[in-house]
Amino acid sequence: MTNFNLPSYLEQSDKVRDRFDRLKKRPVILEIQDLGKDFDTPQGKVTALKDINFRVHKREFVCVIGPSGCGKSTLIRTLAGLESASSGQVLLDGKAVSGPGPDRGMVFQGYTLFPWLTVKKNVMFGLEMTGSGKVVAEEEALQWIELIGLSKFVNSYPHQLSGGMKQRVAIARALANQPRILLMDEPFGALDAQTRGKMQAYLMEIWKNIDVTILFITHDLDEAIYLADRILVLKAHPGEVQEVIEVPVPQPRSEDQFLSPEFLATKKRLEELIHPVKEEQTVNSDHLNMVRMVPVDDEVESVF
Amino acid sequence: MAVFQNLQYQKRITFAVMSFLIPLLLWSLVSYVPFLWHPKVEITDPGSVSYLKQGMLLDREIFDRELNSAKEEDKALPRGEPANPIYLPAPHEVATAFYTAFTTEPKRRNEKWLHESLWDSIQVIFWGFFISSLIGVPLGILAGTYSTVSRLTEPFVEFFRYLPAPAFGALAVAILGIHAAPKIAIIFIGTFFQQVLIIANTTRKLDPSLVEAALTLGGKRSRLLFKVVVPGVLPNVYRDLRILLGWAWTYLIVAELIGSSSGITWFITQQARYKNFDNVYAAIMMIGIIGLVTDMLLAWLGKRMFRWQKQSSSA
Repeated sequence: MTNFNLPSYLEQSDKVRDRFDRLKKRPVILEIQDLGKDFDTPQGKVTALKDINFRVHKREFVCVIGPSGCGKSTLIRTLAGLESASSGQVLLDGKAVSGPGPDRGMVFQGYTLFPWLTVKKNVMFGLEMTGSGKVVAEEEALQWIELIGLSKFVNSYPHQLSGGMKQRVAIARALANQPRILLMDEPFGALDAQTRGKMQAYLMEIWKNIDVTILFITHDLDEAIYLADRILVLKAHPGEVQEVIEVPVPQPRSEDQFLSPEFLATKKRLEELIHPVKEEQTVNSDHLNMVRMVPVDDEVESVF
Repeated sequence: MAVFQNLQYQKRITFAVMSFLIPLLLWSLVSYVPFLWHPKVEITDPGSVSYLKQGMLLDREIFDRELNSAKEEDKALPRGEPANPIYLPAPHEVATAFYTAFTTEPKRRNEKWLHESLWDSIQVIFWGFFISSLIGVPLGILAGTYSTVSRLTEPFVEFFRYLPAPAFGALAVAILGIHAAPKIAIIFIGTFFQQVLIIANTTRKLDPSLVEAALTLGGKRSRLLFKVVVPGVLPNVYRDLRILLGWAWTYLIVAELIGSSSGITWFITQQARYKNFDNVYAAIMMIGIIGLVTDMLLAWLGKRMFRWQKQSSSA
């Protein structure tokens, strides 16, 4: 990619810059203050997250990306309240949160639909938990299911659905509670490329039309650039904020932009951050220690 | 013979039938082919040997000796046919016993018919298992869900489950009398402690991400237990119960020997005393058949109850 003459990822068109200016004036939904998380392991204390500071604005789409082991999942689980922070705090609408709650919806990579409930009952689950009556919950659930285009499957059980459909139900189930922020932990990671593309489009559509703020974890660079307003790049050991990238690709996004200069410039920057070129590239890490095991007189002498 | 591969339906049925036919075939061979085993001789004609009677079973060795001595002394020869010991009746005799055991009147008036004995046994099993499950299932699920409950119960339960249930026989009789109650108690003791541990373990295997998902959806405390944990583990608990019910049957025989002998065990010991071994085999097989049919029935019921589960062919 370095062969192309790309603009800097920091260059923003006037329109994009204006949009970011307005975005940053929006109220802050989620504020992460000096967040740290240590784990006690048999090998001693491991710092998974250190001094994370970040603000998510209303109806913003933030992607979190980083090399494996950078604590992406720990971060989102801490925000959801499934892990407790070792230091610092998380503010939702200015109030510190502790423990999980329906104000922070979560979509997991492993779907986590309740297999004993139908699609409709799955979507009703959160509504009933938060005190809606059965009739109201059912009515609302059916609306959400219609929104994700699965009306034909209201009475199906999760095992009868494809992966993409399951994840749509999981999104509807999380949205039905009308959370202040929707946390998504590599939600499309288990899907094939084609389904993933479709799901990204669905999600963009939902995000555009519904009052929802999204924090989305992924390890797919294209996905992050395509979806996000801003990308929070973490680095590993310990998990710290490396950079916050304002994606210069104009909104609304479409698949045509995958090859636009802004897109490629951002991708190049992300590549540099996540897979830095090391000075001394030795054989051991990226290459297998192999010798030729094909006979010299083989029909195919070389694959090249 | 591919590893872990499922068979076609027809093949599965064929093999299932064969799993019964093969032992039956072996049994038939030993019973009907005269030169296979048959260590005894059934006397058809005592000849000159004074102590032989028609229908008597004699070791072949002794018969040969008597035959030889009769030959030497030139007396009338005893005659006999090869036979198996009395404790190994032929398949057709046992098959007949399946019917005649039910139609034969008990020898004494206060004794029970076979169907009454079987019904007694089934009742003892049912109540023992039912009372055990009534306490064991909720306790197991609670212990699997809450570590405080687990710590509070499981160490003791773990200890108690090593105490063999039959060891409580005398105690049970002293406390509960000689009729059904101590027998039910033995089945309870034999089932309950295993049940709590097994169900607690099953509960712990619930996918924790389901609980996490429920938490992020606003699930709290008791609702989490009743709306997520219980429905989530129910099919596996049900499967555990099916296995445990099989164990309960193994305690039945011991339980029925306690106090006044009763039920199918009484029938079996009684018939063995009369040397009606065909009836003994029939009664033992009846236990197997009742067990198998109950389990198949429960499996079928389970499939209907837990339709939401992906149907695996082995269920």
